[in-house]
Amino acid sequence: MNSDKITKSVLFSVSILILMLAAGMVYSLVGGAIPAFKAFGLNFIISGEWDPSEGRENYGALPFIVGTLLTSFAALIISLPLSFSTSLFLGEYYKETKVARIIGLLVDLLAGIPSIVYGLWGFYVLRPFLIDLGFGGQGFGIFTASLILAIMIIPYATSLSNEIIRMVPNDLKEAAYSLGATRLEVISSVIIPNARSGIVAGYILAFGRALGETMAVTMLIGNTNIVPTGFFQTGNTMASVIANQFGEADGLKLSSLIAIALLLFVITGVVNALGKMIIKKFS
Amino acid sequence: MKTILSFVLAVFLFTSCQNSPNSTNKAGESTKKVSITAAGATFPMPYYNLVFKNYTKESDVLVTYGGIGSGGGIRSLKDKVVDFGATDAYLSDNKLAEMPASIVHIPTCLGAVVIAYNLPGIDGLKLSNELLEKIFMGEITNWNNTALKSNNPDVKFPNKELTFIHRSDGSGTTHIFSDYMSKISSKWADIVGTGKSLKWPVGMGAKGNPGVAGTISQTEGSIGYIGSEFAFAQKIQTAKVQNSSGAYIEPNIASISAAAQGEIPADTRIMLTNSSDPASYPISGFTWIILYKEQGYDGRSEAQALGTLTFLDWLISEKAQSDASKVNYAPLPPLTVEKAKTILRSVTYNGKTLLN
Repeated sequence: MNSDKITKSVLFSVSILILMLAAGMVYSLVGGAIPAFKAFGLNFIISGEWDPSEGRENYGALPFIVGTLLTSFAALIISLPLSFSTSLFLGEYYKETKVARIIGLLVDLLAGIPSIVYGLWGFYVLRPFLIDLGFGGQGFGIFTASLILAIMIIPYATSLSNEIIRMVPNDLKEAAYSLGATRLEVISSVIIPNARSGIVAGYILAFGRALGETMAVTMLIGNTNIVPTGFFQTGNTMASVIANQFGEADGLKLSSLIAIALLLFVITGVVNALGKMIIKKFS
Repeated sequence: MKTILSFVLAVFLFTSCQNSPNSTNKAGESTKKVSITAAGATFPMPYYNLVFKNYTKESDVLVTYGGIGSGGGIRSLKDKVVDFGATDAYLSDNKLAEMPASIVHIPTCLGAVVIAYNLPGIDGLKLSNELLEKIFMGEITNWNNTALKSNNPDVKFPNKELTFIHRSDGSGTTHIFSDYMSKISSKWADIVGTGKSLKWPVGMGAKGNPGVAGTISQTEGSIGYIGSEFAFAQKIQTAKVQNSSGAYIEPNIASISAAAQGEIPADTRIMLTNSSDPASYPISGFTWIILYKEQGYDGRSEAQALGTLTFLDWLISEKAQSDASKVNYAPLPPLTVEKAKTILRSVTYNGKTLLN
């Protein structure tokens, strides 16, 4: 056999393996979730009740779905001005300077910090700071979790947007300048329209990351299994409730946790598909 | 590519981990050397870590313990992947029936659940049964409450929000706490009930005893329940709790031991909360090791079964028990040790008893 054929068959079998892994995961998630959906039906998704007491078990995923979407959207909105300004700064204003390289490096470094470290920092530094500022309660809750998530997703949104903004052809920008456009006008009418799909992709990637984040959120959200009624209330997310409760779970509770995992999988899938659609539409 | 490869590797490792307990059993058989695997409750873990290590030094038998929670311990025994499991809540008759074969409970030590709080400068808070109900049902939301004041006339309470910190994961600690609450408050029994995880009326959750202990010590105005050993070791403030005789009792080794002085059933399945002993701390309880009554299952060797039983017999001996108080647990009272020894001697291998 020649080397070309060997390479081809190796690559093929590896790809098949990945495909089988993904399929196997879906299969086991669906299999594990069946008892929960059998017991509660679609009510599982819209019920805000999470009662693990023996004899009156009743599980609904709504508190966690709401908690997950709320924290992730809030994190996206909080991080938007920060990461977008940074990417413009790096990709346009200070393009290819020493300052940009150093800041770019630091932003990438943020992505490499393990989430438990963010959690610790949030618990010991950010939370006391929020209490001192007079935010409600003990500093735990949706808001604190969103803040820490926002910081965590900044590098994801920034790096990609920065790359794309840098790739906008100089000819276009120079043409705009020669027509008398100011720098701000160049950004709003040349750079952003050209880089739109890449920027959106960066934010979708960041949102996806926020959806599945577990440790840092668990340490700060307060872990109360109710549908949050306010932004400063405590709550819980899908990833966090699974991490917290799978250890002691059995029977219907275990199945409900697996069903939540399946829902999280579906939501992440839908978000990614939506992202791809948006990118296609814009480009 | 690198990440994909490591992911594939991780999956393989994970699947092989799941199968390993069986294979170690078989490996143990072939080399004729006994190594004991166990898993379960985190509540007695500091004690188990200490004495299991001592036993390995003493007898050259390796005992590995995984602190995966009481529920995990029961599940592991049910799946027959461990030699014995450990739990803080005894198996109810229903749960016993769900197990593939008959199970025995061996109590190993006594622990307590303490009410820990964070109010700088205020020590020895006294909590009556009514106050406990009001605090944990969410009726008292500020430390400046009149009911708290009238029960603690000498204390100057701050005007501070009261935050209840409970466990976010299922736990034997929660089981002992909620069992006590159900005994002293009919309202709690009706609305919340007893269990390893509950539908909490108020408060916020933190993971594990260390998580709750850490959150309380970091949050002024918080109150919660934790395993006594964590509070003692980290010197967190604890409240005096009113027992069934009306006395306010500080949790310590002596008052925890006092809870087990009464009559214990032959299978030792009893919750010791709200004990009638006047000197007892009311939120105390046994922690158990569970194993199959018939040890000849799944091709286990007789040496493995004998090794397990010899170890457990040592665990309730005076030698191991005297180490309990070093890590802030109370040793078993002599009467309970007698019962536990009798139970161990009823365990069989293919029908014949191993210990005598």
